[in-house]
Amino acid sequence: MASGNRSQTAQGLTLIAPPLGYAVLVLAAPLLTILAYSFFKDGYLTVIREFTLENYRTVWADPIFHRIMLRSLGVAALVTLATVVLAFPVAYFLSFAVSPQKKAMWLFLITIPFWTSYLIRVFLWKVILGYNGVINSGLKTLGLIEQPLTFILYNVNAMVITLAHAYAPFAILPIFIALEKIDRSLLEAGRDLGESRAMTFWRVTLPLAMPGVVAAALIVFIPTIGDYVTPALIGGGKIPMIANMIQAQMLDLDNRPMGSALAVTAMLIVAVISLAFIAVNRRFLRVRQ
Amino acid sequence: MTTQNPGPKSTAAHRAAMAGARPMIEIRQVQKHYGDYHALRGIDLTIRSGEFFSLLGPSGCGKTTLLRTIAGFEDISSGVVLIDGQDMQDVPANRRPTNMVFQSYAIFPHLTVAENVGFGLRRDPRSRAEKAAAVEQALEMVGLKGYSSRASHALSGGQRQRVALARALILKPKVLLLDEPLSALDRKMREQMQVELIKLQRQVGITFVLVTHDQEEALVMSDRIAVMFEGQIAQLDGPEALYARPTSRRVANFIGVMNFLPARVLGETADAVQIEAPGLGRVDIPLANVSQADPGDDGPSIGFRPEAVSLVAPGAQGANRVAEGVIDEVVYYGDMTYYDVRLDGSAGFDGQARPVRIAMRNVFGREVQDVGTRANVSWSPGSLVLFR
Amino acid sequence: MKGGGLRAYALIYLLFLYAPILLLPIFAFNSGTIIAFPLRGFTTEWFAQMWGNASLRRALTNSLTIAVSSSILATCLGVFAARASTRFAFPGKGPIMGLIMLPLVLPEIIVSISLLVVLLSLGVQLSILTVILGHTLICMPYATVILSTAFNSLDRSLEEAAYDLGETRISAFRLVILPLVMPGIISSLLMSFTISLDEFIIAFFLAGNEPTLPTYIFSQLRFPKQIPMIMALGTVLVLLSIALLTIAEYFRRRGIAKTGAKDTGGFL
Repeated sequence: MASGNRSQTAQGLTLIAPPLGYAVLVLAAPLLTILAYSFFKDGYLTVIREFTLENYRTVWADPIFHRIMLRSLGVAALVTLATVVLAFPVAYFLSFAVSPQKKAMWLFLITIPFWTSYLIRVFLWKVILGYNGVINSGLKTLGLIEQPLTFILYNVNAMVITLAHAYAPFAILPIFIALEKIDRSLLEAGRDLGESRAMTFWRVTLPLAMPGVVAAALIVFIPTIGDYVTPALIGGGKIPMIANMIQAQMLDLDNRPMGSALAVTAMLIVAVISLAFIAVNRRFLRVRQ
Repeated sequence: MTTQNPGPKSTAAHRAAMAGARPMIEIRQVQKHYGDYHALRGIDLTIRSGEFFSLLGPSGCGKTTLLRTIAGFEDISSGVVLIDGQDMQDVPANRRPTNMVFQSYAIFPHLTVAENVGFGLRRDPRSRAEKAAAVEQALEMVGLKGYSSRASHALSGGQRQRVALARALILKPKVLLLDEPLSALDRKMREQMQVELIKLQRQVGITFVLVTHDQEEALVMSDRIAVMFEGQIAQLDGPEALYARPTSRRVANFIGVMNFLPARVLGETADAVQIEAPGLGRVDIPLANVSQADPGDDGPSIGFRPEAVSLVAPGAQGANRVAEGVIDEVVYYGDMTYYDVRLDGSAGFDGQARPVRIAMRNVFGREVQDVGTRANVSWSPGSLVLFR
Repeated sequence: MKGGGLRAYALIYLLFLYAPILLLPIFAFNSGTIIAFPLRGFTTEWFAQMWGNASLRRALTNSLTIAVSSSILATCLGVFAARASTRFAFPGKGPIMGLIMLPLVLPEIIVSISLLVVLLSLGVQLSILTVILGHTLICMPYATVILSTAFNSLDRSLEEAAYDLGETRISAFRLVILPLVMPGIISSLLMSFTISLDEFIIAFFLAGNEPTLPTYIFSQLRFPKQIPMIMALGTVLVLLSIALLTIAEYFRRRGIAKTGAKDTGGFL
């Protein structure tokens, strides 16, 4: 294997060519097409290849877009907050209280539900939270309530619960990994220097775990914004999110330039929010352990 | 100091026999660049057939890169590598008459011990039974008889190393390359393997090239040692010459401990250089003991090993010269005691005190001296090295 | 003891995670047609109904074809990507790997809509082939991650030892690297298979008129009459996923144990 730097590079590029080529053709090219479409004009059922900013103007002026985008962002933010806050203690427990031999098993248990029939899981939340659902019928059988509770179905709360459930492992794993990286003697040093357990957590553990928390937040926030199934099933189609709106523009109304402009705008907003979030937390991300 | 362990190799007769051997590896003007980094800066080196040769240096000095260019794992930017007279330029690693014992041993974890040892015999035309016998023989040679069907991941560090040795030697290479082979072993095991490697090398008669950062290991095992710094060979010598007459302060510092005192050159005769050193007075240094100063040194200096001088009783008679001083520090090591002694008048030209370290073997009946007591230091001009 | 409260919390959290899955078999065997408590009685009728359903069988065949093809394709591409990224340095490595891993964080709606627009404007007929195209794309990052772990835990000197002992680049790959990453490959295949089998949005947009299991389920969820059968189907699918994931995890761990590396945790 007489190989220097040049052939190293050549071999690396040769090897990466097939997956890269695939990603370019099936991912990058379509994304660029969407970007291009968003600047084209819509003729009915066709696309007129003429540069225009009209689509973006319409999108930004559209009160429905404002409402749906804000709702998507709100739901995603709530889901992210709920997921991360609920997940942190579990990640902490996994990292600090579970014996090393059992960690893999716990992680496996936590990831399993994530991989099993997303659609059916979402639907089952409808069953659990529904008008005659598990919670209501259960409570009625126990005689605790007379009338079914309605604040839990077909609304944002139900969507948040469902999505928080769906993305739970995504939040746990990055936090867990960040906690695992913390040198345990740092915590002992914190105690040794006179801090209480709680203050050591606050001043040592939490800042060092922040890269994981930031990663968890982004990894939950971004896909949640684009979730299509939950609004369709849980929201009963009455409270669409941005994915449903894009789909409607693209397919139901067949206005591809407008749908593309919507998609690009939504991606831009998500990107800007994500970058801002990273910027706000950058002092934590500089930590090298 | 264990560095004084003569080791089974260091017989003068053996080395004299080696000196006449034909060259096995010839390295001419070898340069290696990694981007901007200049890893090998013009290496010239001849390794003799049947020699136990070591490349010694701190990490990052280029010794492993040099070994890997011999093995064929790294291209050279310029220069020539010949093995047994043959240019290796276009010969890939799998065609070179070299085999390697890797630092991590690189034992294939999915194969048994026998399958590991027999890995390189795949293209060998011999029958299955003959190959199996060869594997058995190789295992026996490294002391692993009966281990052939063991799973390789269950082996201890020492056993893995033996498997790696058997796997390389079974192919009867012209050169065996060893990349820090003992660094993963604990101290006891390491010392045992040092002796075994020397014996094995004598038995098979193959040229061994060892890379190590451990000066003691190099001194114990090698016929000759190349000390490398920053991609260049600083000194190439036998173990004794390297230890007794380092050609630069840097080599002296890297191999063992050496005391340095500033010196002033007074004059030069046909066979000696006359100098003056604080605490020692005027001394004639034999020309054989005069070495180069490094660019970073401030002026000439003399150096001597801690065990080249000794503490003697006041008024002791002998051929050696005696300097007086005060004991500054005592470090007790069990078999040895180190004394740091501030010689009278050693404050020197710049007024800075430089205690010298003296190593004394602890023998029964000799008391360890206390800090603060006066001491007489016996030394001879022949044990000093002048760096100028 | 430290972690007592945390342990209780973690267990409740697990219950929350598993709640929907635990309800599945309960309703799958419940003879009542309405998915609500109290339960009526025990029946296996829904499983029988599921068995006899022709369009479900068609969806199953489609889904299996798609999952097998995409998992093989994604794993092959993943082998290249993982090998390149763990073993070689090349210009643009960061952005290139970023693009390959992008589907992990990109909302699937964006992936599927943009792919759909391109396919439609190229005049490509939507079929299970187009779904395979999309599923291979979203499985590729997972395959790459799993296989990178496998390749990373390989000591590079193993490969060099094989060259040193006379093997060529190709035979060294076959004799040393492939056997050692094989558990990773199997794990990646199973993982990709599971993802593809369960994927809804891409299948929904790119399958044309061909049903897959998730799109079939989605279409049936509108009809209350069909729901008990869907519960039965869900039970079977969940059991299948758990079985596949368990096997995948087994191979992943065996691969790590084999190469003597340290286990660094789960799939992600």
